[in-house]
Amino acid sequence: MVAHAEHVPHRSGLAAFIARWTLTTNHKEIGSMYLWFAFTMFFIGGALAMGIRLELFMPGIQLIDPGFYNQFVTMHGLIMVFGAVMPAFVGLANWQIPLMIGAPDMALPRLNNFSFWILPFAFTMLLSSFFMDGGAPNFGWTFYAPLSTTYGPDSTDFFIFGVHMMGISSVLGAINIMVTIFNLRAPGMKLMEMPLFVWTWLITAFLLITAMPVLAGVVTMMLTDRHFDTSFFSADGGGDPLIFQHVFWFFGHPEVYIMILPGFGIASEIIPTFARKKLFGYNSMVYATASIAFLSYIVWGHHMFAVGMPLWVEMTFMICTMFIAVPTGVKVFNWTATMWRGAMTFETPMLFAIAFVVLFTIGGFSGLMLAIVPADFQYHDTYFVVAHFHYTLYPGAIFGTMAAVYYWLPKWSGHMYDERLGKIHFWTATIAVNLTFFPMHFSGLAGMPRRIVDYSLQFADFNMLSSIGAGLLGLTQLFFLYIVIKTIRGGKPATDKVWESAEGLEWTIPSPAPLHTFETPPAWPITDAREDQAARV
Amino acid sequence: MREGVTEMSQRIHTIHTVSLWICIVIGIIVFGAMAYTIYAHRRSKHPEPADFHEHLGVEIIWTIIPVLILAGLAVPAAKTLIDIEDNSNASMTVLITGSQWKWHYQYLDADIDYYSNLATPTTQINSCLIDLFCDLPDEQGIAKPLRESNENYLLEVDKPLVLPANRKVRFLMTSNDVIHSWWVPDFAVKQDALPGFINEAWANVPEPGTYRGQCTELCGKDHAYMPVVVDVRPEAEFDQWVEDQRIAKELASGQAVADREKTWSLAELMEIGEGVYSTHCATCHQPNGEGQGTTYPALDGSEIATGPIPVHIDRVMNGKEATEMQAWAPQLSDRDLAAVVTYERNAWGNTTQDVVQPRTIFENR
Repeated sequence: MVAHAEHVPHRSGLAAFIARWTLTTNHKEIGSMYLWFAFTMFFIGGALAMGIRLELFMPGIQLIDPGFYNQFVTMHGLIMVFGAVMPAFVGLANWQIPLMIGAPDMALPRLNNFSFWILPFAFTMLLSSFFMDGGAPNFGWTFYAPLSTTYGPDSTDFFIFGVHMMGISSVLGAINIMVTIFNLRAPGMKLMEMPLFVWTWLITAFLLITAMPVLAGVVTMMLTDRHFDTSFFSADGGGDPLIFQHVFWFFGHPEVYIMILPGFGIASEIIPTFARKKLFGYNSMVYATASIAFLSYIVWGHHMFAVGMPLWVEMTFMICTMFIAVPTGVKVFNWTATMWRGAMTFETPMLFAIAFVVLFTIGGFSGLMLAIVPADFQYHDTYFVVAHFHYTLYPGAIFGTMAAVYYWLPKWSGHMYDERLGKIHFWTATIAVNLTFFPMHFSGLAGMPRRIVDYSLQFADFNMLSSIGAGLLGLTQLFFLYIVIKTIRGGKPATDKVWESAEGLEWTIPSPAPLHTFETPPAWPITDAREDQAARV
Repeated sequence: MREGVTEMSQRIHTIHTVSLWICIVIGIIVFGAMAYTIYAHRRSKHPEPADFHEHLGVEIIWTIIPVLILAGLAVPAAKTLIDIEDNSNASMTVLITGSQWKWHYQYLDADIDYYSNLATPTTQINSCLIDLFCDLPDEQGIAKPLRESNENYLLEVDKPLVLPANRKVRFLMTSNDVIHSWWVPDFAVKQDALPGFINEAWANVPEPGTYRGQCTELCGKDHAYMPVVVDVRPEAEFDQWVEDQRIAKELASGQAVADREKTWSLAELMEIGEGVYSTHCATCHQPNGEGQGTTYPALDGSEIATGPIPVHIDRVMNGKEATEMQAWAPQLSDRDLAAVVTYERNAWGNTTQDVVQPRTIFENR
């Protein structure tokens, strides 16, 4: 990281270090902090997953008693969703959006600092609940009432406050990203000329800004139900526990796409670079992303098919949900067509991007099956669902993030990562991810409910396979940490362009990216003769 | 997915199989194309990239084909769904009430109701990864072999739901506390049980037999220990069972009167109480009465279990609002309640010598 004297107050040692990182308003430094924060949370959430998989290694209770197990499940979900995936994507946005649109920084730099620094406090508070009387939240990351209201542990109030803080952070981050994209593009860059990563993040920001307040609403209703004698979710006072689920999933489904759309953007950046060919169907990619975002608001009921909704409601949600397969399919076909008759090479980012497309599509298939209401009565709340959303999240959101890190880390750090180690990481992670999550399809279809600490003997073999895979998966990510640190500390110097046929403004600046870039707006379209032909016309 | 035994579960299985194969075929085509391009269009084989990036026709085709496939899937699914939601013309109705962590079955057309609890003993459940870490190696070290010889581990109950074959049975679902979900995979019936609301489902089972399922909505600590077992009997046998239940109920009420009139000794009540405690109380308060943290308070030396008797009886009979401590009065007989209160007052380090008689419980009802 390059230190710039003019912004660092004259202090020495630790004080200067703390002041620099707490007061910084630089998008690159804040982006790095987001990414390191997400990485830390990824390992904490991963450690909880290891605990879960250890307990499920064989039937019976060996290590974790049932009440504590529920705390593990809950915190694993909350930390991975709100602490790992979302901040990782915001970190990537912070680093890349200004570089990709030729902006000197985010539009609202102080707000940027604030929205990051909320997070460590929110998560410290959330994690501290493990040490409280009565334990951490134990009602699943979906915190259905009345399990979380009337029956929730005392620490539920810390959870509510933590969620409020994360929500504020996300909304402020989303506002910042939208304002940046709308106002700070290089003069002449039209919306339909923006890189797809920027497009997908713009749409994600809209989802965040509309969905997170709904989450804030639902936790506030929980708070008043718990302490101020309201009865939103209690039939005793005229409320309805189902209102909770409707409001939660009205947030929850857009949230699902918040966690995948930036991944779509990443794949759409990486695949053309390594296929040495322009992205196929740029316009339809943008429209498909926007349609997925729109559909995400009208499909929330598919999480609730077993709650006893009227027939016509179930039917409507089924049909809307099945429609999502259409724009998602368009994306997969476009990526395939981008690769078609290209001149492909398979560096680590490309490998992760291809795995993203393939494995995410498997998650999409199971999603389509889940949409079919009669069949969902059999799949609902079983390990089939666990397999489905882990396929979309792990090889989806997380592989997407890893692809992005391998792709842009040379630009950030100025060093090439070790290609051999990257490939080892890729292959072990891909094998482990499938070993962990593929057997869950079978245990789910065989009838294993989710969120159970102990299971009958028929599910034992599948669970043992999943646990072995999970252990390996955990190790591969420690290896990833090693690769990242090794790359930051040294390695072959990266060229400015890094990849032979990479396109976009971020490749026109030096590697490592200096602290301040594009202080004067770059020319658009890119005028460099070499890139002239490649620039979009 | 299990094919199941009912017409609905088999129709659902067909839908599942068809949609799975559609996904597999699409997967083979798409992933096949990707594999081909990865092989054939790598730079070493295909050094000059083509320069196309749009084709309206192709894009329209691969938008329309999925729409058609989806429509083909949606129509039979919708038809099945309409039939599933048709709850009319049932020949009998069972009200199923979930509570932490057991099911209560109430036959609305006959005067029968009872609770259904997990029957797998805790000695099979609690074990340890390595015997060295066990506090009680001789007791817990045997869990694994016991478990492995029990093919219905965690899928067995003390009293299953008894249903007749070949009759349409309507289920009404509700809950006393949190949301539960009643699932029998072989019937393809999965319906949430919501506190304060009633949901409907139905099944018509052609084959007599024993069918097993589980609670599928996270409902707290012992969510994994809330199985559903349905014992489907031929119609004549079922009718006989209903009659037997009626007779048993009369006998039980006679027994209850006798229990009230008798004055029980401490030893008698302690013996019964120990059994009741280990079935219903030990999962939270622990077999040794030490509890677990503040959520499940210790009974050994507790204020309630060693303090005034009426307070203790009230807590056991009526539970504690907004906690997992439920009201046991509707679930247990006078004798069992008296025995368990007596047991808690005289077990472990508690030595009150108090004896609570069934008639005291009866007077408190």
